[in-house]
Amino acid sequence: MTTTTDELVSYEDALATYDPVMGLEVHVELGTKTKMFCGCSTELGAEPNSQTCPTCLGMPGALPVVNAIGIESAIKIGLALNCEIAEWCRFARKNYFYPDMPKNFQTSQYDEPIAFNGYLDVQLEDGETFRVEIERAHMEEDTGKSLHVGGATGRIHGASHSLLDYNRAGIPLIEIVTKPIEGAGERAPEVAKAYVAELRELIKALGVSEARMEQGQMRCDVNLSLRPHGREKFGTRSETKNVNSLRSVERAARFEIQRHAAVLNSGGTIIQETRHFHEDTGSTTSGRVKEEAEDYRYFPEPDLVPVAPSREWVEEIRAGLPELPLARRNRLLAEWGISAFDMQSIINAGALDPIVATIDAGSDATSARKWWMGELARSANESGTPLDDLAITPEQVARVTALVNSGDLNDKLARQVIEGVLAGEGTPDEVVDKRGLKVVSDDGALTTAVQEAIAGNPGIADKIRKGKVAAAGALVGAVMKATRGQADAARVKELILEQLGVSEG
Amino acid sequence: MTDHSSIIRLTAAETAANIASGVLTAVEVTEAHLARIEEVDAKVHAFLHVDREGALAQARAVDAKRARGEQLGPLAGVPLALKDIFTTEGIPTTVGSKILEGWIPPYDATVTKRLKAADVVILGKTNMDEFAMGSSTENSAYGPTGNPWDLTKIPGGSGGGSSAALASFQAPLAIGTDTGGSIRQPASVTGTVGVKPTYGAVSRYGMVAFSSSLDQGGPCARTVLDAALLHEVIAGHDPLDSTSIDAPVPPVVEAARNGSVEGMRVGVVKQFRGEGYQAGVIQRFDESVALLKELGAEIVELDCPSFDLALSAYYLIAPSECSSNLARFDGLRYGLRTGDDGTHSAEEVTSLTREAGFGPEVKRRIMLGTYALSSGYYDAYYGSAQKVRTLITRDFEKAFEQVDVIVSPTTPTTAFAIGERADDPMAMYLADLCTIPTNLAGNSAMSLPCGLAPEDNLPVGLQIIAPALKDDRLYKVGAAVEAAFVERWGHPLIEEAPSL
Repeated sequence: MTTTTDELVSYEDALATYDPVMGLEVHVELGTKTKMFCGCSTELGAEPNSQTCPTCLGMPGALPVVNAIGIESAIKIGLALNCEIAEWCRFARKNYFYPDMPKNFQTSQYDEPIAFNGYLDVQLEDGETFRVEIERAHMEEDTGKSLHVGGATGRIHGASHSLLDYNRAGIPLIEIVTKPIEGAGERAPEVAKAYVAELRELIKALGVSEARMEQGQMRCDVNLSLRPHGREKFGTRSETKNVNSLRSVERAARFEIQRHAAVLNSGGTIIQETRHFHEDTGSTTSGRVKEEAEDYRYFPEPDLVPVAPSREWVEEIRAGLPELPLARRNRLLAEWGISAFDMQSIINAGALDPIVATIDAGSDATSARKWWMGELARSANESGTPLDDLAITPEQVARVTALVNSGDLNDKLARQVIEGVLAGEGTPDEVVDKRGLKVVSDDGALTTAVQEAIAGNPGIADKIRKGKVAAAGALVGAVMKATRGQADAARVKELILEQLGVSEG
Repeated sequence: MTDHSSIIRLTAAETAANIASGVLTAVEVTEAHLARIEEVDAKVHAFLHVDREGALAQARAVDAKRARGEQLGPLAGVPLALKDIFTTEGIPTTVGSKILEGWIPPYDATVTKRLKAADVVILGKTNMDEFAMGSSTENSAYGPTGNPWDLTKIPGGSGGGSSAALASFQAPLAIGTDTGGSIRQPASVTGTVGVKPTYGAVSRYGMVAFSSSLDQGGPCARTVLDAALLHEVIAGHDPLDSTSIDAPVPPVVEAARNGSVEGMRVGVVKQFRGEGYQAGVIQRFDESVALLKELGAEIVELDCPSFDLALSAYYLIAPSECSSNLARFDGLRYGLRTGDDGTHSAEEVTSLTREAGFGPEVKRRIMLGTYALSSGYYDAYYGSAQKVRTLITRDFEKAFEQVDVIVSPTTPTTAFAIGERADDPMAMYLADLCTIPTNLAGNSAMSLPCGLAPEDNLPVGLQIIAPALKDDRLYKVGAAVEAAFVERWGHPLIEEAPSL
């Protein structure tokens, strides 16, 4: 457990006195095949330093060359965030020393970002929309990773030595910076979470990154300050770095509001500093104090030529943008006739894309939702894998619904088929064959079972003969049991009534 | 023709022709130059590293090619001295600095690759001012190089190793880099030919950066034609260098074979004379202008007022870029590492490494540049310098509306004595007064010998400046001037150099 000595005031008391102002900086690792400035692979999980070259190792003499897909991805993100796209912009060097940065400067953008002045509408849990204004989206490169060995904390302090892996160095990043988010009041933490969630959906929809926060493909810094109600001027902010889950974004904002309020209430001043968020306690602790504003000595990167995307190209990219998440959600919500709450659950479960893909593969919407939010969500939950990592494709789910709709399977059998597919037994049809899971609707086989059930339950049979049709359920159950669930229940009921000479209704 | 002393005096063009026709083998030529290095380089100190085995292997490969009847390139088998700023796979590359002592690059610079592909024989790596910062080669961490005309004098810098290798007949060809004059000023003070091509003409990939927006590799030789032949080998688009020009190389060899100034307009800039210029230098320059007139050129006087600001702008831009480019030398990944004894933090090791590994001039420029880029000073220093750069470019543009080329002395004085300006950085910086404007504007320039200054009998260089992408004009004018001087003198100037 990380201990914190910070005094807090209650969230309600904090909001009674202060307005929070937030700034969110999100780094997105693009899913390009190669790095931003060299041809090295970006594949995760390779041997340390196996995906490096003179350029991404910062060897003397090596030079960068811009990845065109990286630029295109940045423009896509800019357009989707309703930004203006620069007609001409440059890379800049951000100079500072750190061992995991091979050149000791980061190739980034400074006062000439590729995209600027946009906004993103985000939906809060009650369905209300909040507009977050975007300051800029700019391109840069990721750093390598340090592993500090021999210390207690895993931080460089106290470590005996450090290991450096530069496989990540040079992977393209897009940094998306909001304008100050004001007026969210007590909903500020919720807005922060909803913004990051919406941005993640947007990035995924654009196909520029998988945006998996748990793998560091999307990382968020939460800058927060408080000011007393009615005051214009912003307070001093704290910068909570690398908050790497949606829930943490919300908790970090909430914690900082409570902490700032306590400091301000006791007459103290907030120090402008970097803070670390701790998942275990939901608290932040002080990182490095910024005594002076850090001087990165930015200047235009002389090794690269300016980026000047033609207006034709930008329009071509705009025309090729997919339907964006909010619009798509609203459309599907109307088409499916479900509530905003149900839609939110689907999104939270990561089931929207699989459901749509299942419908595209021929399933009806209700069945697709039912399977993905029921059986499959449960299975994913149990095994702790994301829904779209399950060993079943939307096409296979669609095949299962088709088999149910045609009467070949009932729900119970369908669940077994899905279980078989997930267990790697093959396609739905293969599982049906191997496990022998066909609904029995052959009258010959069923009639025998029905006659046996009648003979074995004369009392019930009598009741039915006397017109108590509802009692047929018990006989159906007996038949189903005898056929190990493979009988077509509707047909069984018809046969029972037929045998007993009773007509329904 | 197996006499070493006659082989080493051949031009590159003659050597290549002799190898192609079978009069000489590439191995013989290489051996002659290796013997010459053995004989004189202890005195001259042009080379930091001689790759004897590699050179002979390359030479043998050329002879084998010829034996198989394969077509040889125009410089096949010709030896070359490579400035130690270009990476060479498996061969040390120090950039004249202790901080890279012992570093063996894992890759070849594009220039290195092109030389190898053209079957040019790389003899070794030449001495230079540390990180190309200097005008005398005295800033090399490995000791100074002597000027073959007078070993007590500087051979120019930063490419003094390359110019001295040419002037002492240790190699007929060399490669230099020119950020503020590091090819042309050494050529000037050693009576050789050096060309700074248009920025972007020669790939910078694998050329260790000093000031990225100014650095440009180029050919060094003893004749204009040899420089042109080498220019053609190393120039051309390189996808690994984003600032590389994606256009055909101008016809430099054709221009060098057809020297003429007939009907050309030649500009003389009034800012390129006055205080600080040696009388003998001005005398030889004026004679060169008169010669151009005799050869049929029209002389036009030009006013380029912003050139007076060039030196100041340069000493903000170059250090600024260098402060960032040299940040990677931190002792963590390659080269020198000092203080890694378990008692120092990573930060301290970096600090100790840089303290021990960088020389005083490099430290001076890193500090200058760090200051010039820092917040609150950026606009006043780096920002203003960039504006001056634009003004200089405009002055050149206006000038080239009136003239085809501009001429000037390459450097205000002849070679000064080793140690003379070592403690006076400002005096040292003045050596690049005439060469710097070209780097700031990105256009092309050549230095070629125009005689010996009467007062000290040391070579004087004539600088020819052409617009960007018109590098061929340098060779057309240079070849005409060279031919006229050789006719006047009765022999190339370099033949007057001491035999050592």
